[in-house]
Amino acid sequence: MKELICIVCPRGCHLSVDDTAPEITVTGNACPRGAAYGKKEVTAPARVVTSTVRISGAAHRRLPVKTRGEIPKGMMAEAVKLLDEVTVEAPVKVGDVILPNILGTGIDFVASRTMDKT
Amino acid sequence: MELTQICDLAVIGGGPAGMAAALEAYQSGVEKIVIIERDKELGGILNQCIHNGFGLHYFKEELTGPEYAQRFSDQIPGTTIQAMTDTMVLDISPDKTIHLVNTKNGYQQLKAKAIVLAMGCRERTRGAIGIPGERPSGVFTAGTAQRYLNMEGYLVGKRAVILGSGDIGLIMARRLSLEGAKVLACVELMPYSNGLNRNVVQCLNDFEIPLYLSHTITRITGTPRVESVTISKVDEKRNPIPGTEITFQCDTVLLSVGLIPENELSKTAGIALDPRTRGPVVFENMETSVEGIFACGNTVHVHDLVDFVTAESQRAGRYTAAYIQGQSPSPNAFLPVTAGSMVNYTVPQKIHLPASAPVEIFFRVAMPMKDKKIVVTASGTGEKLMEFKRLHLAPGEMEHITIPTSALEKVPDGIEIAIV
Repeated sequence: MKELICIVCPRGCHLSVDDTAPEITVTGNACPRGAAYGKKEVTAPARVVTSTVRISGAAHRRLPVKTRGEIPKGMMAEAVKLLDEVTVEAPVKVGDVILPNILGTGIDFVASRTMDKT
Repeated sequence: MELTQICDLAVIGGGPAGMAAALEAYQSGVEKIVIIERDKELGGILNQCIHNGFGLHYFKEELTGPEYAQRFSDQIPGTTIQAMTDTMVLDISPDKTIHLVNTKNGYQQLKAKAIVLAMGCRERTRGAIGIPGERPSGVFTAGTAQRYLNMEGYLVGKRAVILGSGDIGLIMARRLSLEGAKVLACVELMPYSNGLNRNVVQCLNDFEIPLYLSHTITRITGTPRVESVTISKVDEKRNPIPGTEITFQCDTVLLSVGLIPENELSKTAGIALDPRTRGPVVFENMETSVEGIFACGNTVHVHDLVDFVTAESQRAGRYTAAYIQGQSPSPNAFLPVTAGSMVNYTVPQKIHLPASAPVEIFFRVAMPMKDKKIVVTASGTGEKLMEFKRLHLAPGEMEHITIPTSALEKVPDGIEIAIV
């Protein structure tokens, strides 16, 4: 039995995950997403990762980016390191792909805001 | 350009509160709306909150701060709302004249029929909590470090200790770790974290950063830069216990020790402030003690979630539109709402009579509790009007209840909210 705090939403349900039986069971969740989180967290934990990249030609020096979808938790540090090599040119639109297929996951880093050319 | 401009509605602050209030007032039929923003763009602090987790309530999806802000700022160009950026408000007179300054037009006056205050909040600093030790560089508020890192592109240090377990401190622990700095400890004076549970999990536990509860910083050393931080365990009265010291070699200290509603301008307008929230006393329609001046968002009370700021600000925008259109309730007939046992404050503090719609009341509890009831009683008689069960209550999680108009009809002395 593992005690977890659900991170799906700010409510933060206290979950009990029983992973001793072949069928993993989750209790303490207020919604189905909590059950899915509990199962995933004890088998293949994953996170959305946010960071920034260099941008030139915009009003700001950094463009915020996020992974469009979750990547394995163990890949977070390596994924962010890839962004050190990236410089984008303004203009950029929210949702534009900044770095495709992070470490072979099939998940992209995308811009999380629009930045016009100045 | 004329010295004095005239508008129907002036919104002070272009963050999520100001944008939501302005857009809602526009949709309710107000045309001449001006948002005054001191930064060079709209969005407020959301622009530096690049992490995700915003918008689950309002948009039913998980957004980053900049995305959430952009959902609103993108709507402004299609309206008659004028966004006056790079502009600082100096003073608001009770007659609703706003004194402002910018580099383009210099000093200007803006006369408004109604004003919405949406200035947000500011961080408590080292001076506010009196940390002993030397005064080196390298001590930042967490939000300042967040702006440096996420918008200006500077990593503020390589080895950090974070004081306070509020959400911004937790979020910064993760950001620093991801960007290659080492976060040695998160230190919290109280026996529980003030941040959301999910942030303790995904910002500290994910990066194996220890959380020292019931601890505080008792010494900072270093010249000219931070060299070490000493923490001590505290007793039930929050006094440091000698002999429990732990010293960390570090170059940076981040403070996440609370937010205070920003109300210097409210004071210039003569608005009554609540000493508990440190924001304006408001009615259920978000009107302050000065007729025609409304307030919403973190200026009124510090929220946990921007989604709730949006909802509150839309309410303020609708009621401000009603005021401009001459449909405002009389300020003289109202019920006071008081905070009873284990409740730190309530917003609103007053409800206009007769109540025309169900009233949502927001509040924070004094300490973490389990299996309790939120009880609404009639002030004076103590008659119980309603109760709501809660399995889990915590100061870090704002509570709210909705009171139907029927319950407000028979309570001449007001209502009290308590936890029993």
